[in-house]
Amino acid sequence: MDITLPILILAIPFAMFLILGIGGVKMPRKLAGSIGILANGALLACCYTVAFTYFFSGDPLFIIDGVRQQYQVFDVTWLAFTDRLVVNIGFLLDPICAMMLVVISTISFMVHLYSWGYMEHEPGFQRYYAFLALFTFSMLGLVVATNIFQMYIFWELVGVSSFLLIGFFYKLPSAVSASKKAFIVTRFADLFMLIGILVLSYYVAQTPADGPLGGASAFNFLMLNSHPTNVLASTLGATFMGGSVLTWAMILIFVGGMGKSAMLPLHIWLPDAMEGPTPVSALIHAATMVVAGVYLVARFFPMYCIVPDSLTFITVVGAITAFYAAVVACAQIDIKRVLAFSTISQIAFMMVSLGCAYDQPIEGVHYSGLGYMAGMFHLFTHAMFKALLFLGAGALIHAVHSNDYTKMGGLRKYMPITHWTFLIGCLAIAGIPPFSGFFSKDEMLTAMYNRDIIWGVWMTIVAGLTAFYMFRIYYLIFWWEENPEYKHDGHKPHDAPWQMSLPLIILAAVSCVAGFIPFGEFVTFNGEPYHIHLEGWVAGTSITVAVLAIALATVMYAKKNPLPSKMRQAMPGLWMAAHKRFYWDEIYMFVTHKIIFGGICRAIAWFDRHIIDGTMDALAAVTNFCSVKIKSFQSGNVQAYVAWYLLGALLLGAITWICLL
Amino acid sequence: MFSNILIWFVIVPVIMMAGLALCGNDNMKAIRGVMVTGSTALLAMAIYLVVAFLEMRSAGNTDEMLFTGSWIWYAPLNIHLAVGVDGISVLMLLLSAVIVFAGTFASWKISPLPKNFFLWFALLSTGVFGFFISIDMFTMFMFYEVALIPMYLLIGVWGTGRKEYSAMKLTLMLMGGSAFLMLGLLGIYWHSAPEGGTLTWNILEISHNAAVDPSWQRLLFCFTFVGFGVLGAMFPFHTWSPDGHACAPTAVSMLHAGVLMKLGGYGCFRIAIFLLPQAANELAWIFIILTGISVVYGAFSACVQTDLKYINAYSSVSHCGMVLFAILMLNTTAMTGAILQMLSHGLMTALFFALIGMIYGRTHTRDIRQMGGLMQIMPYLGVCYMIAGFASLGLPGLSGFVAEMTIFFGAFQDADLFHRIFVIAATTSIVITAVYILRVVGKLVLGPVVDEHHRQLTDASWWERFSTVTLIVCLAGIGFFPNWINETIQQSFEPIVNVLNQAI
Amino acid sequence: MDLEMLWYLVPSVIMFCAGVFGFITRKNTIALLLSLELMLNAADLNFVVFNRYLFPGSMEGMVFTLFAIAIAAAETAIAIAIIINIYRAVGNSDITSAQKMKF
Repeated sequence: MDITLPILILAIPFAMFLILGIGGVKMPRKLAGSIGILANGALLACCYTVAFTYFFSGDPLFIIDGVRQQYQVFDVTWLAFTDRLVVNIGFLLDPICAMMLVVISTISFMVHLYSWGYMEHEPGFQRYYAFLALFTFSMLGLVVATNIFQMYIFWELVGVSSFLLIGFFYKLPSAVSASKKAFIVTRFADLFMLIGILVLSYYVAQTPADGPLGGASAFNFLMLNSHPTNVLASTLGATFMGGSVLTWAMILIFVGGMGKSAMLPLHIWLPDAMEGPTPVSALIHAATMVVAGVYLVARFFPMYCIVPDSLTFITVVGAITAFYAAVVACAQIDIKRVLAFSTISQIAFMMVSLGCAYDQPIEGVHYSGLGYMAGMFHLFTHAMFKALLFLGAGALIHAVHSNDYTKMGGLRKYMPITHWTFLIGCLAIAGIPPFSGFFSKDEMLTAMYNRDIIWGVWMTIVAGLTAFYMFRIYYLIFWWEENPEYKHDGHKPHDAPWQMSLPLIILAAVSCVAGFIPFGEFVTFNGEPYHIHLEGWVAGTSITVAVLAIALATVMYAKKNPLPSKMRQAMPGLWMAAHKRFYWDEIYMFVTHKIIFGGICRAIAWFDRHIIDGTMDALAAVTNFCSVKIKSFQSGNVQAYVAWYLLGALLLGAITWICLL
Repeated sequence: MFSNILIWFVIVPVIMMAGLALCGNDNMKAIRGVMVTGSTALLAMAIYLVVAFLEMRSAGNTDEMLFTGSWIWYAPLNIHLAVGVDGISVLMLLLSAVIVFAGTFASWKISPLPKNFFLWFALLSTGVFGFFISIDMFTMFMFYEVALIPMYLLIGVWGTGRKEYSAMKLTLMLMGGSAFLMLGLLGIYWHSAPEGGTLTWNILEISHNAAVDPSWQRLLFCFTFVGFGVLGAMFPFHTWSPDGHACAPTAVSMLHAGVLMKLGGYGCFRIAIFLLPQAANELAWIFIILTGISVVYGAFSACVQTDLKYINAYSSVSHCGMVLFAILMLNTTAMTGAILQMLSHGLMTALFFALIGMIYGRTHTRDIRQMGGLMQIMPYLGVCYMIAGFASLGLPGLSGFVAEMTIFFGAFQDADLFHRIFVIAATTSIVITAVYILRVVGKLVLGPVVDEHHRQLTDASWWERFSTVTLIVCLAGIGFFPNWINETIQQSFEPIVNVLNQAI
Repeated sequence: MDLEMLWYLVPSVIMFCAGVFGFITRKNTIALLLSLELMLNAADLNFVVFNRYLFPGSMEGMVFTLFAIAIAAAETAIAIAIIINIYRAVGNSDITSAQKMKF
């Protein structure tokens, strides 16, 4: 395959970052914006071409006997630690990568276009586009990674571009602290990922170069994934606290994914990350970066399958997070926070789905790899409708200048485009056919029921909660009671300009039809196509639950009524706990500020100043003290000197005499 | 003798000093002319040397040291002026040249007594360059002392705050270290000819003879490692560093943290480990504990400091601790990482101190509680500060990441539990580093403007931009294309690791 | 030991001790100078005596004595100059008034 396009995919956004980042200050806004958008359009074309070539060309590099292949377009050495520990930078093309290329470039383009309108009056417009380009570059580098270390490199880079974009309004202390929080929490998770990579690569590098794992780099995905059992064998049965070393390594690597994908208990950064500009939330914190954890698990799927304990771990973490986030989302006031928790919940859905998949046939299960396909499918559809919802929220905030639904209400008359597209988004996420979310969620639920009925029931409840809280804010924004301020002409909200509406319409259209994509034909765990078919009873249950939840939301929120506040008063503890996100932030605040910062750091700094430095100063003080004590010998009195001299001479004489005797 | 390029690394600073001596006391143009010419010449020589070195290596020259030369200096004690470089010293020379170059521009407006400042500055660089080119222990030690002494005056005269105290503390602690070092070196010298030949100070000869008696090695290893470790800010001998850095003028902080502290790490492997391999294998664990503590301890201490220079000084303790930590892992990968970390830390800390100097020159405070929102006032400096911060916390694309990863992957090659625990403890520093760097960046660069008087301040001038851009380009250069440096270093470590493996 | 030599050495020791005693106890700088001269002369005497009795063949002792006498003369001149200066500065010539040179 020609390597021009793959190189361009990485080069265009990086060049944009440099051009806009260094020269942007001197550029007029319009020029910077149009350069950014045009370059991103070119990038979109490149990504689509590569993805379509991969899926549809039928080239034997990509597909052999109907089985899709993984193909390394290029792979160059970047840094060689040892012979076996070689870090390459490359471009791996396979189904999930091609799918991600489409997702990232589409959402990125939509966001570039949308920001043209949304950020028009903000200072630092050029810088904003530079950071967007940096993010796009990092995210693309992450998904095309040929090895775990390249992934880690770009993993850190998306982290920093997320930091820069969350803190875009850097004059606001809240934005600064949110960006710091995001960076540090994900860094903390990355620490575990790094240790996991260290463990994994250590054992792989220990195997002989001519062994079954081959002489290639110990980081390479193709090598690791094509010989997972050999990787396991390379640990020679080493265990740690009852689990095999590989299990621990894979769990540690997954912890990195938990950080980026905001799984419990490392989710605390994502709601705060909503301090960033809303298009950024759509791009990074809904559609692309936060699914990096899911992508990581999918990337390492064969490795996770040989240590099934780690898959169970993923499932449990996902299931708890999904439920937790869904409950919290029911009690948030800020619409972006609702969407943020909804994102956490949906990503956790994908995690559970992946955790329920298995690469070997399981007895009594129709297709054990369904969870993988469904998870990826949901990643795709979710990216589209969640970006839509965020961009819609951005249009609302643009019009109302507030994030709180209490400042909204009855907006459907004023903002029809936003209203309809937002409704489509809500229907999609709630899982109402024929919108895209229904299809992917149905497949996921089928996979979960197949694996274990507990997961199926549990996640169906979560799906119901999802429908409820989405329609709760939908009604509170667009129905409920009209905000009296809208009557004044100056405050009359209106639909956003075309640059913002166009992406909404496009994404809404995609969300309507994406469900009909025969996704199983393209993306499965082993490249063999799978024909999606709906499991009637699962679909029936999930639709029923969703409709019931929407009905409940309609009763409670469609018109202003006292029911919600009554409910709130009936369970004040639960409401407060959910509203405060079950006090996770407070716990973290206590641990980091009081214990680590106030306890450990201050203690160490005190110890350093007073004990270590004190010892050194004490040495100096002792020397000083002694010299003060003996300095009176030099009195200036010549006669005293002579007397001492004489005494000394006599003493020496005496000593000499005694010795000679 | 003068046909050897290495000698010129010492001669050029001496010529600079002579030139400065001829300048008028306040003739800034002439002084700057001499300094810029001299430091540019040094930089050009260093770049030429790297290129020439790589060419010789690729032409198949596999000698341990290239460009060697040896001239008798004091025959009764067999002291030579012996020079020679391997890949590591070449890179160290390049680093020193870059920092001297950037430091010259960073102290463009030094006052008072600019001429004397640059005289001492040039003397300091003589010592630094002399140290890296020497392969004779005695001349090495001599240049080491030459580099230390000017520090006292540079801090004591041109410093700020409690400068006399800090200068005294720094000098005394480092001198204490060199006392140990001298003992160690003398010990090695006395044991350098086991079969009764002539005693020698030459490092290569000593290592070829596998000379030093194993029973003596332990003691001498402790002496030399502690001696160099003091300069490398090893816990618990690091306390000169925060005070010294805090009081030193900008260019001196740059040169000190950027290059002088590297003398410690360089000496540790070039003398302590290379010449005393058995003791290194036996006793490394003691120093792994100490340096492991350094890494985490420095990082935690940095979290609560409020003075910008203290933050960076403690961060230096952490990063330099990482250098020594990696050297003690005694395998090629980790040691390569140590050198990368030296380069990276040198450039990054120099950049940090340069920026702090520039900010201090404007705001007249280094207390982060009294500043804020500098991005709105001096965006160029703010951006540079963030870049330096990202380099420090190990962002891919800048040099810190490469160095740290090489260290971690190298250090993880030792499979026993003791090493594992310490490596994992050391890796936690990447999180703590992120915490303190972002704390500073958040308070200083971002956020609202704290002091309204600061709004009148100006952004960087051209010489300041020049100085910072030089360093940033180097940081990004290593970060993007690390492999050639990596290979150069790895090659140079082969003899050392071979010696170590034979000694087990 | 040769009795004749002792005849010379005993006065020399007495002279020396007197000089030391005087140097330590007297306050007047002129007296100090005199005590110093006593000590010097005692040493000179020893030189001569040892040379004469122990190494009669050589002349070094004599030469050094002459040398020392010349030096002592020069030294006395300098000492008196210093004493005069002290006198001018402080108004007397007591050694206790010249104790400025200390720690």
